[in-house]
Amino acid sequence: MKTRAQIISEINAKMAEVFEIEESVITPDATIADALELDSISLVDLVSIVHQDYGIKISKEDLTQIVTFNNLYDYIETHQKA
Amino acid sequence: MNHRVVITGMGLWSCLGTTLDEVRDALYTGKSGIIYNPERKDAGFRSALVGNVPVADLKPLLHRKFRNTMPEAAQYAYLATLQALEQARLDEDYLTQHEVGIIYGNDSVVEATMIGLDKFRAARDTVACGSGAIFQSMNSTVSMNLACLFHLRGINLTTASACSSGSQSIGLAAMLIRDGLQECVVCGGAEENNLFGIAAFDGIQAFSVREDDPARASRPFDRSRDGLVPGGGAATLILESYEHAVQRGATILAEVVGWGFSGNGDHISVPTVEGPMRSLENCLRNAGLQPRDIQYINAHATSTIIGDQREAKAIAQLFGDYRVPVTSTKSQTGHEMWMAGASEVIYSILMMKNGFIAGNINFEAPDDETAAINVLPETRETAFDTFLSNSFGFGGTNSTLIIKDFKN
Repeated sequence: MKTRAQIISEINAKMAEVFEIEESVITPDATIADALELDSISLVDLVSIVHQDYGIKISKEDLTQIVTFNNLYDYIETHQKA
Repeated sequence: MNHRVVITGMGLWSCLGTTLDEVRDALYTGKSGIIYNPERKDAGFRSALVGNVPVADLKPLLHRKFRNTMPEAAQYAYLATLQALEQARLDEDYLTQHEVGIIYGNDSVVEATMIGLDKFRAARDTVACGSGAIFQSMNSTVSMNLACLFHLRGINLTTASACSSGSQSIGLAAMLIRDGLQECVVCGGAEENNLFGIAAFDGIQAFSVREDDPARASRPFDRSRDGLVPGGGAATLILESYEHAVQRGATILAEVVGWGFSGNGDHISVPTVEGPMRSLENCLRNAGLQPRDIQYINAHATSTIIGDQREAKAIAQLFGDYRVPVTSTKSQTGHEMWMAGASEVIYSILMMKNGFIAGNINFEAPDDETAAINVLPETRETAFDTFLSNSFGFGGTNSTLIIKDFKN
């Protein structure tokens, strides 16, 4: 099990690398789509990364609830496999 | 309506160079763009020969969200189109305020398709393909990407006709402009140059295996030719009506005066003589010209035994005792396939504007069939103002263009 701090650190670094943004724009309350410049289609890249790195498949319904980075950290923390 | 169609911009991303000046010099000096690529041999290729096309690094130019939908061919096409638009002096303001179209040749997206599907198969999850995969793996990827990036709001179309794709894009664009349906169209051709794109082509043993001497491997019309050398990159031309160009104050480079096309309706890979000949005849008729009006032919000739023979025979039958100078720039570039019909028009315009015909390098002696035409083995300094460019493709798809010089 990863700690929340580990998850935050990993996710922020990965998002900055893949989506070519400054890590500083990623704050807990920032809106993911705005910070990463994602539209509804490119959000699947986020889903793919979470699946690949944490083995968690985010359903379409759950994705609509993940708006901020805090939501994403929460989701990974609670769904990560032991 | 019958508008004159002129060319006001050209751009290249080629194994002979990435600026018009660089390519002009390479053509003049007979430089070969062919190399031996050991990666291909290691991967299991019969022939490791390939055009040495520079890597396209778009990271400094385009954000990831734009690059995400662009496979290799679209990246080359973007760089070639930037140059062509700049030469034509068509800036973003103009493009967003006017209806400029795009017709671009492309006929494969093999690597992008393979990468997306490999991810899907490994993860057993379609999401793993990534958000850009669908846009990268459609054959119209070049025209769709360029239309969005450059804000092109007119016709948005891909020509996919094998090795005549680039030529057909120019022909179709010229027809739309001539008929008054478009005033300005971006056209050209792009070809992915990765090994996956042409692995199956290598598999049918169509490529030269003269691996010990890459620069001498592509030898169209020469009697010791042993197959083509694959190449790639992109070539873009800006076509517009004469009135539109004059109104904008653009510098006119040349004029598209004729387009002809035909289908062989026969074998999928073995060309005929009759089909290409009809393409040439149709083009001359469309231009209102006679064979003796043509001062140079940029041949399709790819360095295959039968293809070069059939083209030579078609030219010889049509041109009779008029020994029109013929060369194939594929002797220097290899076969740029979907790009070739567009790049070879640019190569020929560069020659025409600079008073020379690039020699058909590696042409030492003809065979019985290719002896029927006048192949120039070395660069000749000569003024000419009208040339014809042939492009023929798998499935028996033939396209011929006639271009005239334009003095401003």
